[in-house]
Amino acid sequence: MKQVPKAQELQVDPVTQTLKRVGVPSEINPPDSNAIEMAVQLKEKHGGEIVVLTMGPRVFIQSLERALGMGADRAFLLSDRALGGSDTVPTGVALSAAIHKIGDFDLILCGEETTDSSTGHVGPGIAGHLDIPQITYCVDVKINDRKVLGRRAVEDGFEVWECSLPCLVTVNFGSNKPRDPSLSGKIKVKRGKLVTQWSAADVGLPPEKLGLKGSPTVVSKVDTVVLPARGGKIFRGDPKLTVPQLLSALKRDKVGGV
Amino acid sequence: MGEGRRIADEMNSELAGVLPGWKVEGLANEAIEYGVDKVYLVEDPILVSYLSRPFSKVMVTLIRRYKPSVVLYGASKNGRDLGGRVHAIIETGLAADCVKFEVTKEGNLDMIRPAYGGRSLAHIVCANHRPQMGSARANVFKKAVRVPGRRGEVYKEMVQFNESDKDTKLVEFIESSGKDGAKIDEASVVVAGGFGLKSQSNFRMLDEMAGLMGGSVAASRKAVDAGWMPKERQVGQTGKTVRPDVYWAVGISGAVQHLAGMQESLKIVAINSDPNAAIFELADYGIVGDLFQVVPAIIEQLKRGRT
Repeated sequence: MKQVPKAQELQVDPVTQTLKRVGVPSEINPPDSNAIEMAVQLKEKHGGEIVVLTMGPRVFIQSLERALGMGADRAFLLSDRALGGSDTVPTGVALSAAIHKIGDFDLILCGEETTDSSTGHVGPGIAGHLDIPQITYCVDVKINDRKVLGRRAVEDGFEVWECSLPCLVTVNFGSNKPRDPSLSGKIKVKRGKLVTQWSAADVGLPPEKLGLKGSPTVVSKVDTVVLPARGGKIFRGDPKLTVPQLLSALKRDKVGGV
Repeated sequence: MGEGRRIADEMNSELAGVLPGWKVEGLANEAIEYGVDKVYLVEDPILVSYLSRPFSKVMVTLIRRYKPSVVLYGASKNGRDLGGRVHAIIETGLAADCVKFEVTKEGNLDMIRPAYGGRSLAHIVCANHRPQMGSARANVFKKAVRVPGRRGEVYKEMVQFNESDKDTKLVEFIESSGKDGAKIDEASVVVAGGFGLKSQSNFRMLDEMAGLMGGSVAASRKAVDAGWMPKERQVGQTGKTVRPDVYWAVGISGAVQHLAGMQESLKIVAINSDPNAAIFELADYGIVGDLFQVVPAIIEQLKRGRT
């Protein structure tokens, strides 16, 4: 899972046309919350242990604690300055190394993509590194007899894929309603010692494989998109007046539908 | 293929296509007629429908065999699924969801993709690793034009599959029906409601309004999160991108992630009680007012106009 700036709070400064970033609160990447909820539901059905893993600065602990409150049993933070600026390649390498160190697993759940980078490449990348099957964009997962049935949302409908455990599943955003942390979950977090912090060296990662140095891609520049100015005929006041004003303006300008 | 052809010409290079499948040899010539110089054909019963592992195996094997400079994928769900796995195995760069490609003066590919909900464009360069990989967003690039009789070469390639490649199976496919006007990305009028609607039942107003205009009802992420509308009606970065003739934003404040899904609409009409709502920055028309008064008044006037 990853911690990201709260999507609904991001707004563009109308003057500079750049994103207002100062003071934007953060949250668990929303598709990752769906993945955590799916993990908790699978645990309720099949038992087992839920381990959450994130890579980033120490402030990400707040998201790990939220996941613990929702029902995860243990949490790991992979945090190192050397990891800063990693693109999806070293991110996949680092997370795979941490998963390896955590130990045996049956199922890895990731969100389909992050709302701040939206590549969707890290989940399949981890599956590639670990050489395990993957089922991406799942809205539902069933486990029977060491077999996983994943219902994938694709462009023209749904596909059901079957594969063996261990495997990696990415969870479609909005496929369930993530629960809030429970009171007993919060107490469990308060008692502490559920979050383990590792450095890159702890999981055996060489520095040249990480961060900007280990990233095949660089962002050479970023252009701000200035959207074309629109008409901006905004009517204010009593709806008895503004509604006819709006509809006649739309009719006059031959806007469809009215 | 269209953009690949353009880039190959600019780089003074050949364009090759990879065709994994089963009994698909006939498509090889079609690809050539669409502008590919070479087709690498890989046929095996395991490749009859898309599955991550065998298709990745095909790409990884052929990339290692022929060492291309550039590899392009379609930015579909399967394209991201495939590229994401392949780039990790090869350990090379992959830029997602590109909307433009340029060749730099050093001969590298500048892969340009939207960032931060489409309000920025990031230029991604992969200078020291090969291949340079990117996925191309749908409906952005010019489609290749078919030239009947165009000649090229077809190579039948051998790829070895093992037991673990055969583990995953496609069990079932359920085509979406698109009933109830759920295909909001095909509607010419979209009436979208946000958190300002306050409840699921208030969406009935929008149903009526959209019905009178021959449109479809959509929703913001907040309204979908609240459970008022199904996910397939969500507009925005984590939902659908729509480009209707008219987009009505009702009780939607206009977060960047929402705007990313509708900013290319031909005309945008906003209804919001907050005059400072970001949505008004993007609106062609708007009413500052209480939507619970404005929407019924619109419905009433539309009905009067119909009789």
